[in-house]
Amino acid sequence: MGNGTSIGKVRGLGSAHHGAHHWLVQRFTAVGNLVLSIWFIGSLLLLGDLSYANVSAYFAKPVPATAMTLLIVSVFWHARLGLQVLIEDYVHTPGNKFAVLALLNLATLGGAAFGLFCVVRLALGGAA
Amino acid sequence: MLASILHRVSGDGMALVGLFVLLWWLGALASGPEYYETFTGYMTSPLGYLVLVGLSWAFFTHLCSGLRHFVMDVGAGYELDTNRLWSIASPAIAVALTAGFWALILLR
Repeated sequence: MGNGTSIGKVRGLGSAHHGAHHWLVQRFTAVGNLVLSIWFIGSLLLLGDLSYANVSAYFAKPVPATAMTLLIVSVFWHARLGLQVLIEDYVHTPGNKFAVLALLNLATLGGAAFGLFCVVRLALGGAA
Repeated sequence: MLASILHRVSGDGMALVGLFVLLWWLGALASGPEYYETFTGYMTSPLGYLVLVGLSWAFFTHLCSGLRHFVMDVGAGYELDTNRLWSIASPAIAVALTAGFWALILLR
């Protein structure tokens, strides 16, 4: 198991296997983002004016509401993975890295939950 | 190198600024017409338009470089000429798409 140097401690252990999973999920969510963002851009262009009445009526329909919830999940997941790479590239101190990644998890999960709640509220007609 | 930097800047820029604006928009919608007016007031100010144009540019840039990534992920496009062509073409196409997007919005 080596002599206590950094390379000695990890030599022979092989890959952690997290990298390949991260890489694949980044691609899977990218495909989701591609489809859903084209729907979203198309919706913005076809909606005409983006007035409250127009947009809230649109998201009250089942299909747009479903597409928007899927977009939120796919985009926030993809963003979390991308920001994780940014953090891992620039934050090297172990304690700080843990703290920033924990903050990232809280922000992306919290953000996605808020977005989903807003769509549900629009779809189920709870808005004032 | 520029293609790589642009992919990261546009992606992480959207993750930090774009998702905030998206949630603000959805939150404004869920809060009702009165607050939605406040939101559209901010977004139709000069600074608001700057943010929205920047986000749309980031979106199309990340879309084009992301599609380029998919091609390279299957092992294609690594010839020097091809690689160079698309590393220049994808940000250029993104600028054209951004211009087209705003032209459609402003001319309708």
